[in-house]
Amino acid sequence: MKKYNLIIAGVGGQGVVMAGNIIGEAAMMTGYDVKKTDTLGMAQRGGSVVSHLRIADKVFSPLINQGEVDILLAFEKLEAARWSHFLKPSGIVIVNNQALAPLSVNLGSEQYPSDNEITRIIGHYTEILYILDGTNLAMQLGEVKTLNVLMLGCLSHFIPFTSEIWRKSIVKNLPTKVIDLNLNAFKIGIKEIKDMIDRKTRNKND
Amino acid sequence: MTNTLLLSGNEAIALGAYHAGVKVATAYPGTPSTEILESLARFKDIYAEWSTNEKVAMEVALGAAYAGVRSFVAMKHVGLNVASDPFMAAAITGVNAGMVVVTADDPGIHSSQNEQDNRNYARLAKVPMLEPADSQEAYELLAYAFNISEKFDTPVMLRSTTRISHSKSVVNAKVKRKIQIAGSRFDYDLSKYVMLPANARIRRPRVEKRLLDLTEYSESFPFNWVIEGRSDIGIVTSGIAYQYAREVFPEASFLKLAMTYPLPRKMIHRFAAQVERLLVIEELEPFMQEYIQAMGIKVIGKEFTPRVGELNPDIIAIAGRRTGLLPEKEEEKLELKTQKLPNRPPLLCPGCPHSGIFYVLSSLGQRSILPGKKARQLKFVITGDIGCYTLGAYPPLNAMDTCACMGAGIGQALGMEKAGIAESIVALIGDSTFLHSGITGLVDAVYNGGQITVIILDNRTTAMTGHQEHPGTGITAQGKETCAINLELLVQGLGINDVKTIDAWDLKMLREGVKGALSRPELSVIIVRGACSVRASKHINPRIIDKKLCNQCNLCLMIGCPAIGREWEQVYIDASLCIGDACTLCQQLCSGKAISS
Repeated sequence: MKKYNLIIAGVGGQGVVMAGNIIGEAAMMTGYDVKKTDTLGMAQRGGSVVSHLRIADKVFSPLINQGEVDILLAFEKLEAARWSHFLKPSGIVIVNNQALAPLSVNLGSEQYPSDNEITRIIGHYTEILYILDGTNLAMQLGEVKTLNVLMLGCLSHFIPFTSEIWRKSIVKNLPTKVIDLNLNAFKIGIKEIKDMIDRKTRNKND
Repeated sequence: MTNTLLLSGNEAIALGAYHAGVKVATAYPGTPSTEILESLARFKDIYAEWSTNEKVAMEVALGAAYAGVRSFVAMKHVGLNVASDPFMAAAITGVNAGMVVVTADDPGIHSSQNEQDNRNYARLAKVPMLEPADSQEAYELLAYAFNISEKFDTPVMLRSTTRISHSKSVVNAKVKRKIQIAGSRFDYDLSKYVMLPANARIRRPRVEKRLLDLTEYSESFPFNWVIEGRSDIGIVTSGIAYQYAREVFPEASFLKLAMTYPLPRKMIHRFAAQVERLLVIEELEPFMQEYIQAMGIKVIGKEFTPRVGELNPDIIAIAGRRTGLLPEKEEEKLELKTQKLPNRPPLLCPGCPHSGIFYVLSSLGQRSILPGKKARQLKFVITGDIGCYTLGAYPPLNAMDTCACMGAGIGQALGMEKAGIAESIVALIGDSTFLHSGITGLVDAVYNGGQITVIILDNRTTAMTGHQEHPGTGITAQGKETCAINLELLVQGLGINDVKTIDAWDLKMLREGVKGALSRPELSVIIVRGACSVRASKHINPRIIDKKLCNQCNLCLMIGCPAIGREWEQVYIDASLCIGDACTLCQQLCSGKAISS
């Protein structure tokens, strides 16, 4: 069995914890051992949120070492940069192209890093970077809160859980009335990542 | 038959307690322990309550144990400070039916005012301490905890940490709950339950005897075990540190302990004799290390891992390389973190009922600093304590000067007044915190003629820990309607004449209220009332800023509302975050009338 070390990062309110729960349950249903740990800070909203997920035959530490993350799934750009030092050299980064400015930036005491700066920071650790307009895609679906499941659709390309298991875990973790919407978001995520990979391959071949 | 579940440590503790036949469960919310009672309260065939505070929670659980049913009490590490008086009493009276005390420590200070290692309370009270290393152990240890409690007539501590409580892992749970055969019954026994000196003196030596018996028991405790590996390094460890140590030293020998007080002396001697170098890997204090050293065994521990903060595999690996226990790594390129990324501290939420009063205190107290402006002389002291409102200490509000522990602000304010400082003093306290431990401070201020201003921020919930009910909300932990404590009547009942209630989103009234209270030389109480905005179901008419009318004064940014942002020097409101009609603070503040619905 393969081993996976995942980090999901975002801002309070974006659904990071729920996304981790869905992956964790899916891993368990597939027959893996899994450990997941959330670091939330204090408040309900607005703070940095990061989840570590480890999936293998047997997992001891729920926390992942720096330099050992296979996939970093980031719901916000600054948070992608913040946790990129955990990536292993060939690690994969999937980033939602959204900037949520911390209050210190709005008040003018700190600066939000430019796109170039963010790409440079991530590029220091890996070349495999996928950026998608997840927030816009989720809004087109009519519910921005589906962002987390849409991002899971992207992630699913790299983790061999069956689509039936993903579906089961989504159904188990979300309230009934939003399940169809989220299953749709999941599909859009799958399509997005495939398109991005295709574009990358074409660019390489050109 | 078993059931495979993915549970957090807190959920596993709750399920373990339930399956072990707990009948009465109590707690006061506190990160990282809160979800334990929340999970237990969902079982309708037990009694679960949010208690007024941890001391009361401990007393209720103790009463239940005296009366012959298995009882359970959970709290965060500092909660045990509050509950330490009845806890120490429970240690000497013993229990009758099993009683488990869960302490959830917070190494790394993720969400607390300090860092403390509550294993020390086990030593202080001379009661057993169990430490699970993951959710499965947490689940299974609960059954043992109750059995030990009954066998040795002692409360049993179970210590979690943030990393155990808030990590999910796979649990194989038995499906059936143990049915308690004996019903509730209180056996009158003065010599056991009435700790008059004459009785306490007789019980005191029994506590020592019990500790010796427990030490003997720990030798065969099934969750204390040895993993035989290489003989050059032997590691004694427990809890989450065990998981990290297994990652970093996969081939070492381990003495993995789940009962960390009292420690199994013979087992440790045997293990130490089998390995060349003995190492203790434990989070926070050298608790096991000092015990082992006192046994005359050569061991290293805190020379190796830090005493401060949370451990992780990286920290242990670096320590291992530094001390030559692990081979050197060619390059240590871990940190490129030299670039400074803006931090994202937690904020008061959009439409928070604390924002208005904080803005008023901040502007009256000359605390807010507009972009590009200089800091001014602060005008009055604001003492505070623990809750969402502690976030008011952050910019742009800068409106809190002290935060020590639950309920501390009122006593501190009185102390400053009695010390004779020149400034006026305002004490801020939340509704849940006021009921938890603010009342006694206020009684003291009445009794001793204090002239401070106390502001009770009544958001109708325990917000910071995720919206738990409390005695002021009229709903119990299990969702039943009950009498809601009336704060106005309570405060007036103490003999305070100057009591005002003000709407949390009425800036004008808030400003007048604070100014008035500060100008009157008497004890004043202002109750600022407004339900927590996270619970607002509908966001009606989010506000927008008319760029043509906006004069870029940036005053609206001084509320610290996360819905108000600034891009290219222009302030805007994020319609998806703004709660609209229910708040309107920014609209009330805008002199150019640029903000409307």
